[in-house]
Order: sequence, then C-alpha cells, then structure tokens
Amino acid sequence: MTDFRLVVVSAGVSDPSSTRLLADRATQRVTALARERGHAVTVTTVDLRELLQELPAALSSQLLGPRVTRAVDALVAADAIVAAAPVYKAGASGLFTSFFQVLDNDLLIGKPVILAATAGTARHALVVDEEMRALFAYLRALPVPTSLFASTEDWTDTSLGTRIDRAARELVLLMESGFARAVRDDAWGAYQHTYGSAGGTELDIELDSDMMRLATGGSLRPSADEDPFDPRNG
Amino acid sequence: MQFGIMSVSDITRDPVSGHTPSEAERIKNIVRIAVHAEEVGLDVFAIGEHHNPPFFSSSPTTLLSHIGALTEKLTVTTSTTLITTNDPVRLAEEYAMLQHLTQGRMDLMLGRGNTAPVYPWFGQDIRQGLPLALENYNLLHRLWREDVVDWEGQFRTPLQGFTSTPRPLDDVPPFVWHGSIRTPEIAEQAAFYGNGYFANNIFWPKEHYKRLITFYRQRFEHYGHGTRKQAIVGLGGQAFIAKNSQDAHDQFRPYFNEAPVYGHGPTMEDFEEMTPLSVGSPQEVIDKTLTFREAFGDYQRQLFLVDHAGLPVDTVLKQLDLLGEHVVPVLRAELEARRDPEAPANPPSHADLIKAKYGDQTPRQPRPNANRGDNVTGGSPYQDSETSVESYPTL
Repeated sequence: MTDFRLVVVSAGVSDPSSTRLLADRATQRVTALARERGHAVTVTTVDLRELLQELPAALSSQLLGPRVTRAVDALVAADAIVAAAPVYKAGASGLFTSFFQVLDNDLLIGKPVILAATAGTARHALVVDEEMRALFAYLRALPVPTSLFASTEDWTDTSLGTRIDRAARELVLLMESGFARAVRDDAWGAYQHTYGSAGGTELDIELDSDMMRLATGGSLRPSADEDPFDPRNG
Repeated sequence: MQFGIMSVSDITRDPVSGHTPSEAERIKNIVRIAVHAEEVGLDVFAIGEHHNPPFFSSSPTTLLSHIGALTEKLTVTTSTTLITTNDPVRLAEEYAMLQHLTQGRMDLMLGRGNTAPVYPWFGQDIRQGLPLALENYNLLHRLWREDVVDWEGQFRTPLQGFTSTPRPLDDVPPFVWHGSIRTPEIAEQAAFYGNGYFANNIFWPKEHYKRLITFYRQRFEHYGHGTRKQAIVGLGGQAFIAKNSQDAHDQFRPYFNEAPVYGHGPTMEDFEEMTPLSVGSPQEVIDKTLTFREAFGDYQRQLFLVDHAGLPVDTVLKQLDLLGEHVVPVLRAELEARRDPEAPANPPSHADLIKAKYGDQTPRQPRPNANRGDNVTGGSPYQDSETSVESYPTL
C-alpha cells in the first residue's frame, strides 16, 4: 500500500464551475480506484482563481506570492495531477496556461496527469489533445492516454463517465508504476535544471563540470596532447 | 561594517513631475549624490555599467576617478563591472589606474550583464556569458599578479609576454567582488580566489540567495582562505525612508508603480512583503535590514539602491540625509554589537591588503627598465623583475 499525493489544478472561475466539477469527478474516480487497490490518496486542490492576484507579479518578475508558492510546493510533492481548464476563444484559458508557464521547466518531469477541459460547444473538443497535451509534453509530464472533454451535451451523456473511469484507471496505473520517482532517483541529472529550479529540489551543486573547472582557474581549451596534429605537440 | 549606495545609472522620467533629466543633468547629479554620500557618513559609492540608453554609465572608471578626487574617505566601486563584454586586459589597465588615482580607495564588483543585444556589440554572445565571465576573470586575476603574462583561452586573442600597466598600486591588486544571485560557478570562483561575494538582494525573497551564500562560505573555507565566517559577503537592498511609514509609502508609490525594474506586476506591498525592499520610517528600515544578518550571517558591506526610478535629485539627497542621520548609525551599532568576533568587520581595504602581502616590509614600487628602442621591454619589464614573486597571499 502506498500513500499517493494527488494535486488537482482547476482553472474554472465561476462558482460552481463546470471545470471544477469535471476535475472533481475525475478526482473521485481516481481516489476510489486507488483505494480499491489498497492505496491511500491525499488530495490537494489548487483553484487557480485564488491565485489570480499573484499571477501578474509571477509572470512579470518571477516573484511568486505565498499562494503560488504553496501551489508549487504541492506540485513538487505530487505523485499525480489532474489539470482542468475551461476553453476560451479556441484555447485553454489564459489563467490555466499562465500558471503552467510560470512553473520551472523541470517541476513536473515524469508526473502522470489527467488533462481535462470544458467548453460551451463540442467544436472545442480537440483543444485538450492539440494544445494542452503539447504544453505538458514541453514540461515532460506524462499525460494519460485518455483526455477528458465535456461540452454542454456531454454532462448528460453516460459515455463521459466511461471516459472518466478510463482516464482515472490510467492515472492510477501510472502512479503505481513509480515512474516519476524512478526518473527522479535514477536519471534526474540527465535533464536540464537551473539553479533553484523545481522548487529548489533540482540538484545538489555539481562540482565536477567544465564550468566549475573554469571557475577554479582551469581552461576550456582542449589540451594539446589529445590531438596528434596540434603543432604544440611538434 | 560598510554602508553605501549603489546606482544603476538609469535616466528615468519622474512620474510625478513628468520631467526626464538630460544625460548632462543626470551625470552632474550623480556626482552630487556620491559626494553627499560621503558628507552624510556613508562609506561606499557604487556605479553600474551599461552600454545602452536610458543609462549613462558606460565608463565607470572615469566617473569614479572624478568622484575619488572630490572625496576623502569614500570607497568607490562598481555594481557591476561587466566581466563578459569588456576585454579583461582593458579592465586590468583601467581599474589599476583608478586604484592609483584614488590611492587605493576603490574596489570593484564583477557581473555578467543580462542584456542580450549588448553582447554582439562587443563581439560576444550571451549564450557564452558564463564561460566568458569565468575565463575573463581568470585572466584579469593573473594580469594584476604577474608582471609578464603568457596566456591562451577560448575567447580572447592570446597574449605573449604581455605586461598590464600600470602595475597595481603598491603591487597589490584591487579587492574584487563577484556579484551573482543564481550561479553556483560564480560563487565557486569567488571562493576559489578568496574574493568577496555580493548578492544584489533586490528582486527575490532573501531565502533565495541563502543557499548560494552558504555554498560560497563553505567553499571559501574549503580553499583555505579562512573560516566560513571570515568569508567576505556584501548585500544590496533598497529603501525609501520618511519620518513615518505612511508618508514613505505615499511618496514612493508613484515611483514604484512606474519603475521598469518592478515589471509593473507586483504591488508595492507585495514587494515589501516578499523581497528585501523597505519603505517606511527609519525604524522600519532598520528592522528589515537587521533581518539580512539573521539570514546570511555577519556580512561586511551593505549597499542601498536609492537614486533610481526617476526619483528627483533633491529627494535622493534627502534620502541620504535620513540614511546617514537616522538609519546607518543605528545599524552600525546594532550590527557591531551582534557581530561574531571571528567575522571581519569590514571588507579588506588597500591598507589591509598591503599588510597581508608585505607585513611590515615596504611595498614594492615597480620602476620600468629603460626602453630598448622597440617600445617593448620583454621578459623583465621592471628593474626588479628578475626577482620573481612566487606566491601571493590572499585575505
């Protein structure tokens, strides 16, 4: 039995919000399935509208306010994520994309994610796969194969429930696989990090590097004895 | 503990009066500001370096030598000198000259510069910024310590038998600070050479810098320059002071709101809460500044940014009065009372460096050999060159 930490990020702005509703339904299925399989699940919900006031500072000055910082801390510790956005003007809402654009590039590496979107019309259905999936691919997160999308007519259609079940099961299986943790433990150094990234968990300071040797009076020039044609070996 | 001010040399429209100073006005005023810093009892004046409008300070050593001539005790320094786009040979020459003219009342702080278009103007590429900074400093370090340098690197044309003139004052190189807020390699270089480390301490929560300063202290000790507590740390910060908190907020808010460095994003209250900015009464500024020592340990230099964002010169001079009369004397007493005796009270002065190098002996005064007719003096440019100096103690 494992204790999984699930973080739900919802960009719905009304109350009640259909985006939050979709995220909650997915979350309920994930926790129910995980418990059936003998796991405990702790859920943390990040309602992005509560971060609205802090986002301008984060976007313009990389200055993270207390709420954004709490959200980042939750994501650092997350075993899996449910990310839900309303579709506005044929794209995931600005609030949703802004939040994920503020995060460090290496914060979500390998973490399984259910992607979900809501819209007033089915014509927005591919936003999840064509836009949101690309954003999470850039962040090297692991979106589950089944994407969730709900427009007005889907709320009365039982097949939405079927898709939610499918996505939830995929997420639980990926969490159980321990993939994100294994990447972190075994191959973390193979990804690009910057100082202080991933919520300050990026890496210890690496002393064995070309730059560190240069910092301590070394040279970047290859030494002459490596190259038989170098005139310095005359 | 040294206290001073640092300027980025921006020429910014005053959002209250609508007045944009001319370059001539701003340059004249920066001299007034620096001279007044000494008058109110501050120790240090630092100027930045930029090569694009709306900044004026492209030639820091020219400005600083003028200020040096108008003052008696003030230490002049930079915030920062670009170690990437400047030729380290020119830096060695210009700052050694400044050191002579100010009789050692100077040091300098090296930084990389984060304006991408500036790099190609000087034949460089910002993507190489870090290796450039590291390699250039390695060369600068040798140019000030060896009469004759043979050198080959990745970026600059090689040197054969090169002597940087004038030799540093008393043959003691100026003290160097490395400024950085997120690059462990820069902290490592500062520690390796036993130089100072400076965090600008302006844009981010102070906790952000803590890890790097701790790393610098550990590595300073590792390289045998002294204990962690003996490492030389400087911090920036910014303050706006008025007799009471409400007046300070009312007076500073229009400048904060318009200032490009704050990105027009955060509110002033957010910024005060999340970063080292202090806006308020002298006591509030004192209290906030004292938290820096709690976070980073005893440090040796505190520089405040006070003249930016279009603040008119009279306001800046008034700020200096308040700093000098109500804030710095209290901070000096409080910090001195709390200082661990193991930690140095000040960064090394020229006199300290002379003592470290020569003890009670008379400092070396290099005298060139006669010109052999080719304007090149070769391998022994100075009359005492053949007695080569084997090692150079650092503080």
